[in-house]
Amino acid sequence: MLEVRGLTKTFGALRASDGIDLDVREGETHAIIGPNGAGKTTFISQLAGDLRPDAGRIVFAGEDVTRLRAPRRARKGLARSFQITSIYPEFSALTNVALAVQAHAGHSFRCWRDARRDAALLDPARRVLENVGLGGRAGTLAASLSHGEQRQLEVAMALATGPRLLLLDEPMAGMGVEESQRMIAFLSTLKRRHTIVLVEHDMDAVFRLADRISVLVYGRLIATGEPAAIRANPEVRVAYLGED
Amino acid sequence: MTALVFEQTLNGLQLGVMLFLMAAGLTLVLGIMNIVNLAHGSLYMVGAYLTVAAFRWTGSYLLGVALGLAGTLVVGMIVEIVVLRALYARDHLDQVLATFGLILFFNELVAIIWGRAALFASGPSWLAGHIELFTGSRYPLYRAAIIVVGLVVAVLLWYVVTRTRLGMLIRAGASNRTMVAALGVNIRLLYTLVFGFAAALAGLAGLMAGPIYNVQPGMGELILIQVFVVIVIGGIGSVRGALVGAIIVGIVDTLGRAFLKPLLGTLISPPAAESAGPALASMLIYLLMAAVLAFRPQGLFPARGG
Amino acid sequence: MKRLIGWVVGVALLIAVPPLMLALGQPFYVDLVRRIMILAIAAVSLNLILGYGGMVSFGHAAYIGIGAYAVGVLGFYGVFSGWLHFLVAIAASAVVALAIGAVSIRTSGVYFIMITLAFTQMLYYLGISVAEFGGDDGMRLKRRSAFPLLDLNDPVQFYYLVLALMLVAVYLTYRIVNSRFGMVLRATRSNEARSRAIGFSPYPYRLVAFVIAGAMCGLAGALYGNHTNYITPGLMSWQQSGDIMFMVILGGMASTAGPVLGAFVLLLLEDLLSGWTEHWQMILGPLLVLSVIFFRRGLAGIFYKPDA
Repeated sequence: MLEVRGLTKTFGALRASDGIDLDVREGETHAIIGPNGAGKTTFISQLAGDLRPDAGRIVFAGEDVTRLRAPRRARKGLARSFQITSIYPEFSALTNVALAVQAHAGHSFRCWRDARRDAALLDPARRVLENVGLGGRAGTLAASLSHGEQRQLEVAMALATGPRLLLLDEPMAGMGVEESQRMIAFLSTLKRRHTIVLVEHDMDAVFRLADRISVLVYGRLIATGEPAAIRANPEVRVAYLGED
Repeated sequence: MTALVFEQTLNGLQLGVMLFLMAAGLTLVLGIMNIVNLAHGSLYMVGAYLTVAAFRWTGSYLLGVALGLAGTLVVGMIVEIVVLRALYARDHLDQVLATFGLILFFNELVAIIWGRAALFASGPSWLAGHIELFTGSRYPLYRAAIIVVGLVVAVLLWYVVTRTRLGMLIRAGASNRTMVAALGVNIRLLYTLVFGFAAALAGLAGLMAGPIYNVQPGMGELILIQVFVVIVIGGIGSVRGALVGAIIVGIVDTLGRAFLKPLLGTLISPPAAESAGPALASMLIYLLMAAVLAFRPQGLFPARGG
Repeated sequence: MKRLIGWVVGVALLIAVPPLMLALGQPFYVDLVRRIMILAIAAVSLNLILGYGGMVSFGHAAYIGIGAYAVGVLGFYGVFSGWLHFLVAIAASAVVALAIGAVSIRTSGVYFIMITLAFTQMLYYLGISVAEFGGDDGMRLKRRSAFPLLDLNDPVQFYYLVLALMLVAVYLTYRIVNSRFGMVLRATRSNEARSRAIGFSPYPYRLVAFVIAGAMCGLAGALYGNHTNYITPGLMSWQQSGDIMFMVILGGMASTAGPVLGAFVLLLLEDLLSGWTEHWQMILGPLLVLSVIFFRRGLAGIFYKPDA
């Protein structure tokens, strides 16, 4: 589904991404972990299309998307949720998701019909919100949602675009224990139906959700493999000494 | 013919230098403080008016200049403290509108004190003569003095920005404001100093412009838009960009106005050139700006990291 | 529901103005309100890209100028058909908006503000330098736009035409901002990164909105030229642009009634102040500064809660 070859990105003297090679198989949930400052966000930004790599290639579903920017990649089925909540605060939760639905439904140059009452947008949006657990909060202003609910909305918006690949950047960021458990339970229901690349700090989530794990340290991918293998990997243990 | 071209080029350089004085201050304010200040032209106007008034009052040109500059500096700082401080946290739209209100205020204030008619401003008698150019023609000493003053300021500015600690803070601030604040620098003081400095530069441009252009309400806005063009071409936050942009704009505009009509007259019929010439000449620098934008939307020497 | 009542009351008041003012022997107010409504159309058009689209275009008055000059120039060459006047005004404005927008919308933030300002100034200088059409002094309209059933020389008929067109403009904008297109525009303003992440490229939507706004403002320009009977490059000045922006902000951005409210308040205020003193700008200036600093959501925000 996703092939990354030799991805490199430098900021002045800092090598944020240093020749990263990665494969994500269709249907798998692939977690990316690493200590702070490892360059995870830079990596995700390059995958999503917000940052242009200095070198390397990104192939998505057989197509080279390295030169494509975020909107076009999103239209090809690469959806993303942000680490720092990025929603439309002045719209309701339903409208937030409806916009995501619209992005893929097309016909976005229609100037006359009222989009706020368009069943073609609202019905799928409602379904996604139900799925995510926000069904009862559809009419609430996004800014009024709790932090945990906003994180759920982030994921909902990514889902609503009907993606082939979900790029989730720390979906549990800032969540309490109970909320995290709910999110993990929800994400595991997605496992079978979507290919997911998950960046996370929460090791509990990672080991419960991931089919495979890649470890990023100082911009370099030092290990890829199944959870058990990664847990046992000596280099990984060294990199994480003091962490977790 | 060459003499004429050379003379006009010098005029272009003189305009460029004045644009630079305005643009340097404005681009620093924009880059470091991230504030759009439409009232920068008003400071230019204040500089002109205060100097004329001080010259008349004291009878001495140099004293008039000193008082005019000091006065503009004070006005600038008052504006910063009273109005701009409330706007730093606001978005650009609010800043545009608030400083637009300031323009209305200053234009009217000046009209109340000195009337709406253009004031007669003269340079000092010791700059009233001409100098001999190598082409054989004569060039007004006053204009030559402007060019010299402007270049001297440019060199001084270069020195301060690249060789002093303050300059280092300024450059750092232009490319990453939050970082500078995080380093514990007294941001408020820095802002007030930078703005005061920019005001003084604008005032200097204004007082030098007095004898050449009209001293009247609204004079600032005419030059301000050209200054914007300079900044867009040069890149926000970059003094080097301001210099390059200013010289290019000054020369292109001056040469265009002088030679486009006769030039067109050789290509198309003279009567058509009569109207098309001035029209095209006035549009020249904006077309230039559009061309630069087409290739480098951030300007030629952007200071911002992104 | 509250909104609808508000609109009905407002429109009823506006309809009542001519007969009322004529009965009171104050025809000046018919002219004044007509002028306000024309500029309200310009404000409504700017609100589309500024209030809803988040594009701080400081050059919107350019289209008033283009619309007015369309009427003037066509009249200069003996063409008086109102339909043609308005059509050319709208079309010319749309084309210029397309050209300016195509270049400017690739930039953002401060650059965009300065660039739109610069292009408008360019048009202003163009207007000044074309001597046939009066140059700096401007030109007098030979004749007002001629329509089959309407006589624009009758101030009352003209008034009602403007009222009708203003309501059309308001309604059109209302439909646009709530349509799929409008939602994308608003989303892009609200959170550009998010919009790009779900698959919207901002540029085409912004450009289309820019053109629509320019065209609508061109219509306002054609009306304005007919109103003042005299067309000068000053119509395109950036002070005029600033005025229209203030109307939008004062009234409350991203609201349907906002720009209309803002136009009325600002222009009535100007009329009032200029009656007191010749130096009314000295009062207006600081007033505007203060209103920006303290008045966050504009007047419409006092009456209604924001759209959800």
